[in-house]
Amino acid sequence: MIREFSFNDVLYLIAAMRWTLALTAIAFIGGGIVGLAVALLRTSALAPLRWIGSIYVHVVQGTPLLAWLFVFFFGLSIFGIEVSPWIAAAASYSIYAGAFLGEIWRGCLQAISKTQWEAGASLGLGLGAQLRYIIIPQAMRLAIPPTVGFLVQLIKNTSLAAVIGFVELTREGQLTTAVTFRPFTVYLTVAALYFALCFPLTQISRRLERRLHVAR
Amino acid sequence: MNYTLQFRDVFAASDLLLDGLALTLELSVVTMLSGLVIGITGAAARVYGPNWLKRPVGVYVEVIRNTPLIVQLFLIFFGLPSAGLKFDAATAAMIALSINLGAYSIEILRAGLEAIPKSQIEAGQSLGMTGLQIFRYVIIFPALKLMYPALASQFVLLMLATSVVSQISAQDLFHMASIVQSRTFRDFECYIVVAAAYLALALVFRLLFALLYQLVFARRTSSR
Repeated sequence: MIREFSFNDVLYLIAAMRWTLALTAIAFIGGGIVGLAVALLRTSALAPLRWIGSIYVHVVQGTPLLAWLFVFFFGLSIFGIEVSPWIAAAASYSIYAGAFLGEIWRGCLQAISKTQWEAGASLGLGLGAQLRYIIIPQAMRLAIPPTVGFLVQLIKNTSLAAVIGFVELTREGQLTTAVTFRPFTVYLTVAALYFALCFPLTQISRRLERRLHVAR
Repeated sequence: MNYTLQFRDVFAASDLLLDGLALTLELSVVTMLSGLVIGITGAAARVYGPNWLKRPVGVYVEVIRNTPLIVQLFLIFFGLPSAGLKFDAATAAMIALSINLGAYSIEILRAGLEAIPKSQIEAGQSLGMTGLQIFRYVIIFPALKLMYPALASQFVLLMLATSVVSQISAQDLFHMASIVQSRTFRDFECYIVVAAAYLALALVFRLLFALLYQLVFARRTSSR
C-alpha cells in the first residue's frame, strides 16, 4: 500500500522526535553517572584506579557504538536475558556516553590547579567535601560548553538505535519511506528535524565557550 | 543461563570477516584522504576566501555537523536515485563518509588557520614568498601541526563510524559480521570478535598517526 507523503507524515515524524529526546535524556543521565565515575577514576591518586579508567575509555572509544548495541540487543538474549530495545539502547548509550563525558570532565577536573585541592585539605575538608565545595563548582563552569557540544553528538547518535528496531526519528523515517516510497523527501525532512534540534545547541555551546574565554 | 561460548564457528568464517575488513580499511583510508583535502581547501575558503564562498562553506559545515551520519547515508543511497543519481552501496558510503568527515575537518582546520598570527603571514610576504609558498609553509603546515591531535582522533572516530555503512548493505566488516551471525547463530561471540577487531584497528590507526607525526612534524621546527 503506497500512499502520498503528506503533512500528517511530517507530524508523525515530529512526534517520533520525543523518543529521540527520551533516549538522549536516558543516555545523558546514565552516561553522566558513568562519566563522573570515569572522571574520578582517571584523576585518582591511586595508579591502578587510573588504569581501570583509562582502559575503559580506550576500549569504548575504540569500538563502534553499533557493536555495543548489537552485543546488548542480540548478544545477551542467548544467556536467557530477554533484552528489549529500550534496555539495550539505554545500556549501550550509557556506556558510550560515559567514556566521552568522562574524558571531557577529567580535563575539566585537571584544569583546576592542585593548590585548590590543597587549600581544601588544609581547611580540614575530606576528599568528598573538597570535590563538592571547591573543585566541582569551578570545574562545572569549564565543563558546560563541551558537555553541551557532546549532547549534540549524543542526539545524532541516537539515530543508530533505529537499527535494533527502536522507533525514534530515524526509524520512523524508515517506516514512512516504506509506505510512501519517497526516500528523498522523507530523509530530508528527518535531517531537517535533527538540524532543528542540534543547531541551537551547537550555537549555545559556542556562545558559552566564547563567554568563558572572555571571563578568563 | 547455561550457555557455553563457542568461537569456533565465528573463526571458521574468518575469510568473510577479512573481506569485510578490507572494505572497512579501504573506506577509512580513502575517506581520510578525501576528508583531508576537503578540510584544507574548505578551511582555506572559509578563512581566506571571498565572502560569497565563506557563506556556503559555513552552511555546509553546519548542516553536516548537525545531522546524523546515518541519515546522510540514507539520503544519498536511498534518496538520490529518485533524482537520477544512483550509486552502489560502497560508492554511496564513500561519498557520504567523505562529505561527513570533510565538514569536521574544515571546522578543525579553521581553528588551526585562525590561530596563525597575521604577523607570520606578513613575515612571509616580507621575505618575498609567493602566495602559494606562504600558504604551504607559513599557514597550512603549522596549522596542521597544531590541529594534528584533534584531526587524528576525528579520523579514528570516522574509522569506527564506517560501521554504519553496513546499514545500506555495503559489505564492510560490520555487515559481514551480521552475515556470519545469521549463518552461525553465534550472535554474542560474533559481535565480540568484531568489536575486538575494531578495537585493534583503532589502536593500529592511533599508532600509525603517532608515527606519521614523528615523521612529518616532529623533526622540522616550524612555528612552535
